[in-house]
Amino acid sequence: MKVRLPLILVLITGILGALPFIIPHRIAQNFDNEFRNSVLRIIAAFSLVLGVGSIVRHHIYKIQRRKENWEYSWILLVSLVITSIIGLFGGIEGNGSLPTRIGDFYFDIQTIYMHAAIPLGATMFAMLSFFMASAAYRAFRARNFEATLLLLAAFIVMLGSVPLSTYVLPKLPDFAEWILTVPNTAAKRGMGFGIALGSLATSLKIILGIERGWLGGTK
Amino acid sequence: MSFNLSLKLISSIAFFIASAWALTPPESVTAQDNPNDAGQKILIKWTLSMDDSILDGYRVLRRKENETEAEVVGFVGRGRNYYVDENAIDTIKYAYQIVAVYDTITSPSTWSNYTKSSPQWIHTQRIDVIIFTLVFTFLILYFINQARKGQELFIRKIAGLLAVEEAVGRATEMGKPILYVPGLTGINDVATIAAMNILGEVAKKVALYDSQLIVPNTDPIVYTVAQQIVKEAYTQMGRPDAFKADSVYFVTDSQFAYAAAVDGIMTREKPATNFFMGYFYAEALILAETGAATGAIQIAGTDSVMQLPFFVVACDYTLMGEELYAASAYLSREPLLLGGLVGQDAGKVLIVGLLIILTIIGVITNLPVLKIF
Repeated sequence: MKVRLPLILVLITGILGALPFIIPHRIAQNFDNEFRNSVLRIIAAFSLVLGVGSIVRHHIYKIQRRKENWEYSWILLVSLVITSIIGLFGGIEGNGSLPTRIGDFYFDIQTIYMHAAIPLGATMFAMLSFFMASAAYRAFRARNFEATLLLLAAFIVMLGSVPLSTYVLPKLPDFAEWILTVPNTAAKRGMGFGIALGSLATSLKIILGIERGWLGGTK
Repeated sequence: MSFNLSLKLISSIAFFIASAWALTPPESVTAQDNPNDAGQKILIKWTLSMDDSILDGYRVLRRKENETEAEVVGFVGRGRNYYVDENAIDTIKYAYQIVAVYDTITSPSTWSNYTKSSPQWIHTQRIDVIIFTLVFTFLILYFINQARKGQELFIRKIAGLLAVEEAVGRATEMGKPILYVPGLTGINDVATIAAMNILGEVAKKVALYDSQLIVPNTDPIVYTVAQQIVKEAYTQMGRPDAFKADSVYFVTDSQFAYAAAVDGIMTREKPATNFFMGYFYAEALILAETGAATGAIQIAGTDSVMQLPFFVVACDYTLMGEELYAASAYLSREPLLLGGLVGQDAGKVLIVGLLIILTIIGVITNLPVLKIF
């Protein structure tokens, strides 16, 4: 029963999830919307509790064992507790029961998100350009025939995107465009076919109970 | 200045012409139930007015059966000859009138036929999808059945998966952990499920070699599934005592905070092997480049076409697209899963065959020489 019940649930929900694609009737559509918007959101809300439990447990373990950089775990736990209290009792824009303003200094959850979480995320994202430079250097070393082709194609596309190149080679932007729209698109579509079929096959195997890896490998 | 004056002049002339000779009304107004929907929609079509080029647009009026009073339900610009009324009630019949409008001058069409909206049970434009899905399902089940009978099925070698054993062995020899990143999407994504299947096989090898596994997660549901899978893998290999619950944990659902956390793990713990399996976004290169800088063997697999080039460049082995889905069958060597894999390839052969045939037909039928006959 431990294995059979999840398999039956997957079979039923898998079929119910696929049917609204071919049944436009409002009974099917309303059921689908209700399931996605209500049931899945409730499950997600419960899972968040598990997630927070996991992160707290992980960092308490790190502190107890004095693992490398364990001091930072304190920062995480304290930040987690403070932002949770501010978010729960201070309201989204400081309109809750907890005061979230001292003079002109605001520390409501919206301000924390806008002025701490977003800039920190943007900083990580900004590092991408530097990683791209190092990855490009790695990719553009002509080690073999394929790498040489990649180097040539990238060189033409980059040169074709620069306005100055049109003065030297007027046809170059057209050729760069051709590389992007013909060989590149052909390869992408070929991969698209494979991904669509693979995804369909995996879904079928899961719905039919053939693929059971997600159950934890239980036979 | 003179351009604005010219525009005003042209507009005045058009208005004068329209007032002097009444606007031609739209013709042949028809109303029908909008196909393939959940009901409450009626599709109205008409032939454009002869004066379409000077019109402001068309006003759509409707009236209920046995009533004379009409109401305006919409307005569309010139050049458009259809409108979908999305506020119909399925039990009521409606007729529609289209009014050509130019400034204050109007010209109404005759009323359309009466019709009512209704929901459909089958989306007729998706019947081809249903047929293909059925054919594909049949192929997969056929090859699974063949595998069940014990028939030997050929599976081509995938370098990235052959390297899994070597990568886990290397980590064991070096006494360093193995990092497994299961993508950034939820458990409802097929790529994540494929990543979970591969995790099970990797965890078995880790348990066998008595190495250490780290699985940071970005989704709380994926975290619980991953933890269960790793625990089960250790149990299956007869080493339930070696499983550490703390090795699989939730980090954050924020994309770049997660990237920062995983980068931190890579620089602190210096894993010997990094697995990036699942669906990734812009953080793919941030993770893979940091991993490459730490000197780890890196095996990536994703169906995100946009991120594949980054993995190809920064990782030692990359499973491209469908190879990610094939991985669990390949690693486990279970006949039933291998059967599904062969069925999948048969579906691809079918599609390629159809593409070739249809391309030939397309080329032949458009050859100029054939137009002579």
